[in-house]
Amino acid sequence: MGRYLLKRLPQGMVVIFGVTVFVFIVTRVVGDPVKFMLPLSATAEQRAAQRHVMGLDRPILAQFWSFLGDVIHLDFGTSTYVRGKAALSVVFDYLPRTLQLVAAGMVLAVVLSIPLGLLASRKPGGALDRALTSLSLVGLSMPQFFLGSVLVIAFTVKLQWFQTGVGPLHRHLVLPAVCLALPAVGRLAMLVRSSMIDELNSQYVKVLKAKGMPARRILAVHALRNAGIPYVTLLGWEIIRALAGFTVVVESVFAWPGIGFMAKQAIAQQDFYLIQAIVFVVAVMVVVLNILIDVSYKLLDPRVTLR
Amino acid sequence: MTDADAPLLQVKHLFVKFFTRRGTVHAVRDVSFDIARGETLGLVGESGSGKSVTAQALMGLIDLPGRITGGDVRWHGQSLLEGDGSLLRRVRGQEIAMVFQDPMTSLNPLFTVGTQIGEVLRRHRKMTRAAARTRVIELLDLVGLSNPGQRVDQYPHELSGGMRQRVLIAMALACEPQLLIADEPTTALDVTIQAQILELIADLQQRLGLAVLMITHDLGVVAGLCDRVAVMYSGKIVELATADDLFHRPAHPYSAGLLRSTPRLDVVIPRLVSIEGSPPDLVSPPVGCAFAERCHLATEECRESMPGLHFQDDGRKVACWRPFEAEGPAPVTAGEGGR
Amino acid sequence: MSYQHPDQYSAGRAEAEHAEETEEARSGRPFEIEAATHGGPFRELVRDKLGMTALVVLVVLVLAAILAPWLAPSDPNKIGPRIRMRPPVWHGGTWSHPLGTDWQGYDVLSRLLYGARTSLFIGTVVVLVAGTAGVLYGLYAGYRGGRADRWLMGWVDVQVSFPGLLLAMLLIALVGGSVLSVTAILAVNGWMVFARLTRGVVLAAKERPYVEAAEIVGCTPRRVVFTHILPNLITPLATLSVLEFARIILAEAALSYLGLGIQYPGVSWGLDVARAQDHELFGNQWLILYPGILLSITVLSANLLSSWMRVALDPQEREKRFAGRAIRGGAAAEPGT
Repeated sequence: MGRYLLKRLPQGMVVIFGVTVFVFIVTRVVGDPVKFMLPLSATAEQRAAQRHVMGLDRPILAQFWSFLGDVIHLDFGTSTYVRGKAALSVVFDYLPRTLQLVAAGMVLAVVLSIPLGLLASRKPGGALDRALTSLSLVGLSMPQFFLGSVLVIAFTVKLQWFQTGVGPLHRHLVLPAVCLALPAVGRLAMLVRSSMIDELNSQYVKVLKAKGMPARRILAVHALRNAGIPYVTLLGWEIIRALAGFTVVVESVFAWPGIGFMAKQAIAQQDFYLIQAIVFVVAVMVVVLNILIDVSYKLLDPRVTLR
Repeated sequence: MTDADAPLLQVKHLFVKFFTRRGTVHAVRDVSFDIARGETLGLVGESGSGKSVTAQALMGLIDLPGRITGGDVRWHGQSLLEGDGSLLRRVRGQEIAMVFQDPMTSLNPLFTVGTQIGEVLRRHRKMTRAAARTRVIELLDLVGLSNPGQRVDQYPHELSGGMRQRVLIAMALACEPQLLIADEPTTALDVTIQAQILELIADLQQRLGLAVLMITHDLGVVAGLCDRVAVMYSGKIVELATADDLFHRPAHPYSAGLLRSTPRLDVVIPRLVSIEGSPPDLVSPPVGCAFAERCHLATEECRESMPGLHFQDDGRKVACWRPFEAEGPAPVTAGEGGR
Repeated sequence: MSYQHPDQYSAGRAEAEHAEETEEARSGRPFEIEAATHGGPFRELVRDKLGMTALVVLVVLVLAAILAPWLAPSDPNKIGPRIRMRPPVWHGGTWSHPLGTDWQGYDVLSRLLYGARTSLFIGTVVVLVAGTAGVLYGLYAGYRGGRADRWLMGWVDVQVSFPGLLLAMLLIALVGGSVLSVTAILAVNGWMVFARLTRGVVLAAKERPYVEAAEIVGCTPRRVVFTHILPNLITPLATLSVLEFARIILAEAALSYLGLGIQYPGVSWGLDVARAQDHELFGNQWLILYPGILLSITVLSANLLSSWMRVALDPQEREKRFAGRAIRGGAAAEPGT
């Protein structure tokens, strides 16, 4: 375990460092942070002055060193979109909303996908299996923004059961969580189905039957635990993908003020400090989640040694 | 209600078919045999002859592409196939146990061997966790695993193939069954380990007085272990005889061919002779004797009608139109003097 | 916007290997499964109604995309102020605008056709570019093995951990959204799956006796790779490519929807959903539904096709499927003999 972390943490640092440097280069070299900071009417001199104040007229390498120093102190500069606030604290203001959404979505995905997958695996090729598999495929083939739009039109505009934006959770969290969960439900349910079918066809299950074990125990204890290993991998990736991408779409559709929503705003407003902070925080979460996935492997599968 | 006079296990006219894209595979065709208490019956044949399928059918383990389409399996005179399957569920693992060919994949990788043996005891003997554990350690000791107190908490991947097979035998013996079905228990193991496992089975059989159905393609295994032998070919039993009779005076040309292709220590054979040709496709089994195409003695009669499994004068059963007589020509020359 | 976690493929591969192991161990037991192909995979597709439908839909979409300039009633970006919000033909519209026009006077059908062009073009090119790069990378890493492999796959691990969509959005915001930039960025972001899959297959193939034998008899490394290892790749690679195609189409649509992908004068289904949503107050939900449904159908078809391919190209899967059908159908009723 210690050796594993010793190897994994530097790798994680490389990811976080790489992502941060990438954003730095892209924003400084390709983009122009000053572009949106000043009114469109600002003169070239005013812009130059602002650049000087921000130190953007220094050589790029010099900027890079001071940038690195700031990052080590977790100082990502001051957001220009949310004026006057440290970029990192803006991220932490909005992060809880995102975590709330991802947690709700993923819990929903787990709660739905396991029973659906189990039901489908009971009679492979049967009517129920084909119906559930088709449904899963439809679910994971719907673009989330489109699914979201349809949900908004149906339940917010027409039926008025739910609302977008923030507010009481039962009226505001349900739709975005469903929207975030649905494609994941499709993928996870299909995985549960296929791995249960594989497990139930395996030799050890035949031995269990020969031992006289009741079908329920074979299914619920033996096969399910084996099927749990690929499931955890995929679920981990669903969480990572949700944090690092899907939430941008879902939060935009439902005007849910999390970091995904903020990321879109920050990019549109070219608030590079905020973008850096968001990307940094997301990268840290991804790295931590990856390590957690590996550790959960170890807990599930005695064959795995963390190296 | 058990019938005290009935043999331990009776297999009557068993048919098993597999439904594949190529057509229906007639894997087991009208197989019948009995096993008495404490007896060891060998079931011999090459791969594809239906011997493993027969064994799995006895345990109700034929899965989806396959299906038992006829016949019956009786345990103490009661049918295991008829009814709601409750008898089968009760008997499996408790009165009939099975050891499989492949110890590497026969254990669930995620549970300790102790848990996996223990759950049999907990299910059939209603033992507590602690009592089961004590018994598991005894069992591991019985099958000759060193350090059983430590092995009990190990996972399958920490054990070698031979050790796993011992674990599987311990698991099969957990409830002191009356019949042990051993489906090629040594095929996947090293030669030295093979001998140990066979010795173990023979030894346990003597000590515990259980009946054994030993399925193998290896006549050497049969010779050392079995009272009687059933030879299977293309889904049918072609000869059923005492081990002694079979080895010294095989009556069916296939049995004879099988013997001549097996190295032996007790008889000097000039050279090993393989049986030419290959078994028929069981999607469309021949009308007559399945072995006719490969048999040097075959006549039109053999190709046109199927010989039944009939008693010979000396008490053995043979399915052949032209069996070697009990006192007939020596097996070594048989077949070679093809007509 | 990963359709499926890359590790899924390696996990799937490990499963497949495992299945093979047990299959080998079991071979000769119940009966030997014959990998006989009855009329080849195509006949299997005809039998699989869903797979066949998916293929037909995709072919129609591809044709529509290629022929868009000839099929479209007008230029997708031609604005006609006096022809705004025309109803479709069946609601009293005219054949010059079969599906009507939107609030800006764009011809709806034309935009859908050109949208298909964008989606399918980007999907195809990204899969080709990322696939080629990934396969070469994976082949090299897997075949060289050792330290080179560790470093190369280490980089793959690192890049997979990047928040790809966020970075893609950022880059597109900076360089501007166009078919070229979106294609390039999605390709840079999408080659790793192919590399992982290829490397896995190569490693597995290297263990096979026939590859070893080829090396022993002195085949050149290139010959070993191309004649002995690549054939193992075809099936999983084909399936993965179709899956990735679906994923890329979704990613492009999502980027364009967010305003960070294809932008005016480009045409994209994702962009059109966003445009229609902004003007949803006009009350014509069909303008959201058309591109959204087309997008869903395209992705669904690709997913169906890939799941059919997985079955049709794998003899073991086909056998299982057949057995299922046979047992459900009359076979079970066959009289006991």
